[in-house]
Amino acid sequence: MGKERVVVIGNGMVGAKFCERLLEKETNKEFEIITFCEEVRPAYDRVHLSEYFGEKGIDELTLKPLNWYQENGITIFLGDRANKIDREKQIVYSEKGESVKYDYVVLATGSYPFVPPIPGVDKKGVFVYRTIEDLDAMMDYAQSATNCAVVGGGLLGLEAAKAAQDLQLNSHVVEFAPRLMPRQLDTDAGEVLKKLIEDRGLQVHLNTATKEIIGEEKVEGMLFNDGEKLDVDMVIVSAGIRPRDDIAQESGLEIGPRGGIQVNDNLQTSDPKIFAIGECALHEGMIYGLVAPGYTMADVVAQQLAGHSAVFTGADMSTKLKLIGTDVASFGNIEPKEGTFEELTINDPYRGIFKRLFITEDGQRLLGGILVGEADEYGQLLQLYLNEMKLPENPMQLILPASDGEAVGGGVEDLPDGATICSCENVTKGDICCAIEGGAQTIPDLKSCTKAGTGCGGCVPLVTDLLKYKLKEAGVEVSNALCEHFDFSRTEMYEIIRATGIKSFDELIHKHGKGTGCEICKPTAASIFASTWNEPILTQPHLQDSNDAFLANIQKNGSYSIVPRIPGGEITPEKLIILGQIAKEYNLYTKITGGQRIDLFGAQLNELPLIWRELIDAGFESGHAYGKSIRTVKSCVGSTWCRFGVQDSVGMAILIEERYRGIRSPHKLKSAVSGCTRECAEAQSKDFGIIATDKGWNLYVCGNGGMKPRHADLLAGDLDDETLIKYIDRFLMFYIKTAERLTRTSVWLEKLEGGLDHLKDVVINDSLGICNELEEQMEYLVNTYECEWKNAIEDPEKAKRFRHFVNSDEKDENLVFKLEREQIRPATDKEREELAKI
Amino acid sequence: MSAWTKVGNTNDFASNMGGCVKVNNKQIAVFNFKKNDSWFAVQNECPHKQQMVLSRGIMGDLEGAPKVACPLHKHAFCLKTGKHLSDGDISDLTIYPIKVENDEVFLRVD
Repeated sequence: MGKERVVVIGNGMVGAKFCERLLEKETNKEFEIITFCEEVRPAYDRVHLSEYFGEKGIDELTLKPLNWYQENGITIFLGDRANKIDREKQIVYSEKGESVKYDYVVLATGSYPFVPPIPGVDKKGVFVYRTIEDLDAMMDYAQSATNCAVVGGGLLGLEAAKAAQDLQLNSHVVEFAPRLMPRQLDTDAGEVLKKLIEDRGLQVHLNTATKEIIGEEKVEGMLFNDGEKLDVDMVIVSAGIRPRDDIAQESGLEIGPRGGIQVNDNLQTSDPKIFAIGECALHEGMIYGLVAPGYTMADVVAQQLAGHSAVFTGADMSTKLKLIGTDVASFGNIEPKEGTFEELTINDPYRGIFKRLFITEDGQRLLGGILVGEADEYGQLLQLYLNEMKLPENPMQLILPASDGEAVGGGVEDLPDGATICSCENVTKGDICCAIEGGAQTIPDLKSCTKAGTGCGGCVPLVTDLLKYKLKEAGVEVSNALCEHFDFSRTEMYEIIRATGIKSFDELIHKHGKGTGCEICKPTAASIFASTWNEPILTQPHLQDSNDAFLANIQKNGSYSIVPRIPGGEITPEKLIILGQIAKEYNLYTKITGGQRIDLFGAQLNELPLIWRELIDAGFESGHAYGKSIRTVKSCVGSTWCRFGVQDSVGMAILIEERYRGIRSPHKLKSAVSGCTRECAEAQSKDFGIIATDKGWNLYVCGNGGMKPRHADLLAGDLDDETLIKYIDRFLMFYIKTAERLTRTSVWLEKLEGGLDHLKDVVINDSLGICNELEEQMEYLVNTYECEWKNAIEDPEKAKRFRHFVNSDEKDENLVFKLEREQIRPATDKEREELAKI
Repeated sequence: MSAWTKVGNTNDFASNMGGCVKVNNKQIAVFNFKKNDSWFAVQNECPHKQQMVLSRGIMGDLEGAPKVACPLHKHAFCLKTGKHLSDGDISDLTIYPIKVENDEVFLRVD
């Protein structure tokens, strides 16, 4: 028997997946695969399209490079659209004149963005969001635009809005429905998502229908049905997708009443030689607009061509994604019939978290759920739902924040072997366990041998849990080595340095490591040396990271910013004037920081010691804004002035800031003191925060603003001054002793075995018997403090390094600044280019 | 071919750290490893964001091959070959011949 020829029309994610699947199938048949690709490049990852605006280039988004097709004997016609199928002669024709005889055709033509017939939608500056070309065109246009509106607040619309934001545009989302993501969320969840998104600077307009896009030639604004107007100069339309069924229609195949190529359970169209998969296929009245069902369809057709039986019986529409930095997940039935279910909801506006589960009335099974703001439990919940597993006695625990209780049962170990872990690639728990037993020991290992986690990536946390569990079960030690030069974790290195008294990196790596070190182990060792021996960090300058190396914060153009310490945010007019004079003298951009200090930007390397000489003479000291160390202790004005204050918060903030200044830790540390329960200093978002009470102080720990905000937990209440300091001493040293590198206190606590209860036990009850050691070490650090900058400018050897050229006193002529709002700022790339031309 | 240019004495360059020199109007980063007294010279400009900062990066090795990590975004480059070692599509560095004679450091820059 000769080769059977399969023509795949469409080389998107699903078309490419089909080719891959057909090649993999075990069969005695032989196939010749020919595929038409309308776009000029082979299939790329459309799910992560918005990353094209960030770090990822087209190469990283491409699923299979062109030579993969050649190596596997696949003929691919790029930039050529198949436009007709002669079903009688079994020939596919293309726009560029190819004609290919076939045994089977697989239609994977995907979809196109639906553009509603709004007047003005054809103006310059209106875009759709689907292909790389669309994105390139947007990027071009965005250079001269400032405000962008996205029509459509669904999943893709929000992605597009994020893309617009990445292009530095003010972004608006305009949604006709009363909530965002109407298909995946209910009203309450939509409300939470709206708030989260607005916090990130996007403006959301709900219940809003666009009447007209106005402007002469190009977009100048939008007019809504309610008469409101919005000033925008760019519009992205993301009002849903429509199946691309034109070729099927022209070839006389059966089409659904509202579009889509009609297929049966075998995914055959009305012509049994022709299959349709992915977004163009209409199965049981459903179009599946997600990639996972498309991949399942690709597999079903590949199976059948290879001579095995397979059917498609519908697919799960569960989804988890990161939208504008916010986790959103939805699974199962989110609109169950009334009276058949119970509902459990967590709605925490402080942390921006919403979780809702729909559960059978008897509390036994999960029907569906929605997670917004945090979706770590998604994998586990999806498994409980898909496998119809019995729920634990108190199902609320499934969605409670981890720090509120012990770990919940029903983890990955309880899943049946048949449970699908990766729905994109259809990989079961059994498959992954098999691979681990066969020797896979890392996530990349598992990805390459099972393909789990290579699609949307949503299952990676679950795969990681499974890997850890299986390795632990097999007694395999999970390596936590810092890098290739040391076989230790940071915690282990800390103990080694303390126990051996080693003070230099050369000795450390000679005795306990190998090679010459790297950008991971050198700063880690430097931080531990400082936390242990407290020598000025420039004693070993070659170990210090970007900022520590020159005791200043390096900025995007290689210039530096300077932040002198202003303890508690309290400053005399005289000192404030001096800061102004210095900024003027050196022409520095001046800004007040979030931590109640003043940041001076734009200093060049050779100016740093000069500026610091003046600052130190005026009584300032280093603010350690460049270090993984205590930054600031923010305060409100407290009982001295405020009519509500109950304690002297400024006094306490200064005491704390001066006590812990300069202490190096695994990551930066922020603190604040509020003078009463109104909490004006925002202490509960800090690594350690103090709030005054009538009787003393409440100590909160492990809060965080930043990327993953976390409300701090109360460690102890109504403390007197002395006990407060004692507990902070212990808390900080315990963190320094046990945290891994670059782990903030919030993450550290979440990973700490036993959680908050354990931490309380250690700090308050000395359950580990180490509090003496912790307090002594802290006392040593406090007593050996000296200002690093004073030390640096008084030591000619250290001062010598602060120049741009070794062989010249010139400045870096590449540093160019422009004026904006009467102050300097770094010139943009474009401005620098233009300057270079002159 | 251009001649060797003296850029300083060996003690002008701190051990295990970079230093920037200017030769023929070009900024060049010079690195020396104390362990085996080896010297390297590459362009000072990080190709990722076109800033003159590589001489201020942390030095180290990748499986024994000398490297530097840019202080801005930690892109690492091989000091021997100039090759970009981190993720992402970023060009390699230009490397320059360097030699040390009688405690004097020389570069050849076209």
